[in-house]
Amino acid sequence: MSSSNLVEISDLNFTYDKRPVLQGINMVFPKGKLIAIMGLSGCGKTTLLRLIGGALKPTKGYVKVDGQIIHEMDQESLYGMRRKMGMLFQFGALFTDMSVYDNVAFQMREHTDLPEELIRDLVLMKLHAVGLRGTHNLMPSELSGGMARRVALARTVALDPMLIMYDEPFAGLDPISLTVVGDLIRRLSGALGATSIVVTHDIQESMKIVDYVYFMANGVIVAEGTPDEIRASDKDFVHQFVHGEMDGPVPFHYPGGNYRQDLNLQA
Amino acid sequence: MPAAKAIRGIGHSTINAVWRIGMATRFFFLTLMYSGSSFRRFHLIIKELFATGVMSLIIIIVAGMFVGMVLGLQGYETLKRYGSESALGVMVALGLVRELGPVVAALLFASRAGSAMTAEIGLMKATEQISAMEMMAVHPIARIVAPRFWAGIISMPLLAALFSAVGVFGGYFVGVVQIGVDEGSFWSQMQAAVDFEHDILNGVIKSFVFGTAVTVIALFEGYDAPPTAEGVSGATTRTVVTSSLAILMLDFILTAMMFGGS
Repeated sequence: MSSSNLVEISDLNFTYDKRPVLQGINMVFPKGKLIAIMGLSGCGKTTLLRLIGGALKPTKGYVKVDGQIIHEMDQESLYGMRRKMGMLFQFGALFTDMSVYDNVAFQMREHTDLPEELIRDLVLMKLHAVGLRGTHNLMPSELSGGMARRVALARTVALDPMLIMYDEPFAGLDPISLTVVGDLIRRLSGALGATSIVVTHDIQESMKIVDYVYFMANGVIVAEGTPDEIRASDKDFVHQFVHGEMDGPVPFHYPGGNYRQDLNLQA
Repeated sequence: MPAAKAIRGIGHSTINAVWRIGMATRFFFLTLMYSGSSFRRFHLIIKELFATGVMSLIIIIVAGMFVGMVLGLQGYETLKRYGSESALGVMVALGLVRELGPVVAALLFASRAGSAMTAEIGLMKATEQISAMEMMAVHPIARIVAPRFWAGIISMPLLAALFSAVGVFGGYFVGVVQIGVDEGSFWSQMQAAVDFEHDILNGVIKSFVFGTAVTVIALFEGYDAPPTAEGVSGATTRTVVTSSLAILMLDFILTAMMFGGS
């Protein structure tokens, strides 16, 4: 493994219930870079994140993080590795029985022996970084979707992880929140020097902030490159995806039987 | 063939049931294994004691009072036929301490606290809170399940004891205050006939066993629930149904062991 890569994925295959979800995936994620994995819903993007985080085991191939093969680690080592990772879930996944403050303080209390006064300062600093210091007494149910995502982002970076994974960070956000979250992802990645992986199908917002893009379809990588290369790509799938066109290799109809026969019409 | 299909269905259900029992047993031992961290952070157990125990107090007290009052009425009507009204206190106390206290309190506990535990954990799963916790290198069984498990085990015998105590006062109210049974006989015969080890301790053991069963079922169903609205509602229903049947089945076994030969 090259020392300049934090994550390396080699010949990764994953099968769920006899259905191949990922096939022969090879990717590298250099240290300090912000990389997007794009593709249609159900193409295996989130599964890939879960494999990187060790929540799933590959059928074949491996994921290496910081030089260690994830699926070969025992639980203690895996948990040790996860302390150096952060993951932002699609809808934040804030703990609903805890306040905003306690959510952000959660990992600090679980994994460090820091005094409560210091935790308080750190929590307020993290919340300030996402512009929500004033919400520390609120409960997650009192936040809007965009605010919840930003609090979750503060919680994700609570222990300054070396690898940050974002699962659909832009899903369901209004245009202002979308820009704010996109800007925060870029700024936080830069400030922490962390490697970031953004799984998304929001082409416009992610193209503004990422260094490199992998395009996935049906469990395989169909294109990759810098945002400029992707925009200039002449591949049919990439063109259809980037421009949101109806016509192209991705069909509108889910495969089905003969239409006339389904309607009981004579041929 | 319909017969083959039916046999296949029975086989499938049996395998599924055995598989779930195995999973629940594994889950129970995992909960015990991860309980150490819960005791090191006892405030988590106290928080859950409030949610499961304190929040069940009203239903336990009200139900205990009415069950005791009914026992007082029915007991008086029966004992009067044999001229033994003075034994009303014994009948009410033994009925509650040995049987109705642990059983009815456990049934109420299953429907009030057990269903809440299942729904809460099921929803945490559906909203990816459990996955988030795992990704933060915190084991959900240690942080979410074990504190609730111990809170259930601690609160169940206390709730059953409270149910019995309130029920005795319910019986006293109807028997002594309303009907006019002699107060001295009511209390003295109760004191003489109710044995601490044979009656009260066995009742406590019953409520401890019921508490363990209900809590494990509720937590397992929540943890194992499919992460959908339908999945959580199904798991909550299963918690109440399975817990209630488990309580009644265990009650028969325990009663046979404790009082069967005496």
